[in-house]
Amino acid sequence: MMTTAVGNTNVGMRRNLIVYACILVLAGIQFVIAYQDISASQMFVRMMIVAIVEAALALLLFMHLWDNRGLRWFVLVFTVAVILGLQYGWTDSFRLVNGVPWAK
Amino acid sequence: MSQADLPVHGHSAEMAEPAFSVPAKKMAMWLFIIADSATFAGCLVAYGFIRNATPDWPRPFHSITNVATMTLILLTSSLTMLIGVRSADLGDKAKAFLWTMITAGLGILFAVLHIREWSGMIGEGATLFHNPWGTPLFGSLFFSITGLHLLHVTGGVIALIAVGLKYQSGRYKADDLEVTGLYWHFVDLVWMFVVPLVYLLNLAH
Repeated sequence: MMTTAVGNTNVGMRRNLIVYACILVLAGIQFVIAYQDISASQMFVRMMIVAIVEAALALLLFMHLWDNRGLRWFVLVFTVAVILGLQYGWTDSFRLVNGVPWAK
Repeated sequence: MSQADLPVHGHSAEMAEPAFSVPAKKMAMWLFIIADSATFAGCLVAYGFIRNATPDWPRPFHSITNVATMTLILLTSSLTMLIGVRSADLGDKAKAFLWTMITAGLGILFAVLHIREWSGMIGEGATLFHNPWGTPLFGSLFFSITGLHLLHVTGGVIALIAVGLKYQSGRYKADDLEVTGLYWHFVDLVWMFVVPLVYLLNLAH
C-alpha cells in the first residue's frame, strides 16, 4: 500500500516538474515577446494569451482544480464573470486617446 | 468527541456534506482567492485603462534581469511548496517542514529583490506621487500594484513560517499546509499577470 502511495507521489512529482518547466518556458516566451518589434496592442494580446495559459496550468495542476470538477466550475464561473465584467470600460479609454478634440 | 458528534435537541447531530467535497478551510481559502483575484483584476484593469488613455506613458525599464530573476524565484517557490505539501501528505514531517521553509526563504529573496528594485526607482526620482519620466500616474500605479503584490508575498512568507512551525510541532496537519500552499500558488499566479502588464509592456526599446 505504502509502495503504491510512494509510486503515485513520484508520478505526481514528475507531472509537477513538467508543469513547472512548461510554466518557465511560457514565462520566457513573455520576455521574448517584450523584445519583438510589434505594436503595444499586439504585444499586450500575445502576452495575455501566454499569461492565461500559464495561469490555467497553475490553477488546474498546481492548485489541483483539475481533480475537483465541481470546484473547478465554481471558481472559473465566478472569477471569469468578475474579470469579464471589469472590461466594460476599455472602449472609453480608447475614446480618451482618439476621440477627444486634442487627440494626437 | 467532536462538536459534530454531540446530539443537539431538535436537530440532527449529522453535519451537512461540505461543498464540492472540499474541507471547510480549503473552501474558505478558495473563496478568499476568488475575492482577491477580483481585487488584483480590478487594479490591473484600472492600470490598463489609465495606461491606454495616457499618450505619453513612460517606458522606464531598461533591463529585464531583475524581474526575470524575481519571476524565476517565485515560480521555483511554487515547486518547492508542492514538494513540501506532497511530503506532508506522505507523513514525512521533517521533509515537509524543510521544503516549506525553503519556500519561505525564496519568498524572502523575492521580497529583497523587489525592495532593491524599488530603491533603484526611488533613487531615480520615481515615487508614489512623482515620476521623472512623465505622467505621475505611472509612479502611483507601479508602486500600488507591485506593492499590493509584495504585501501578499510578505503575508505569505509569515503564513508559511507560522504554519510550518505549527505543523512541525504537531498542532497543524498536512491539510493546513496544503491550504497555505494554495495561497502561495495564487501569489505566484498573480505575478504571471503583473510581469507582462507592469514591467514588460513598459520596457524601453
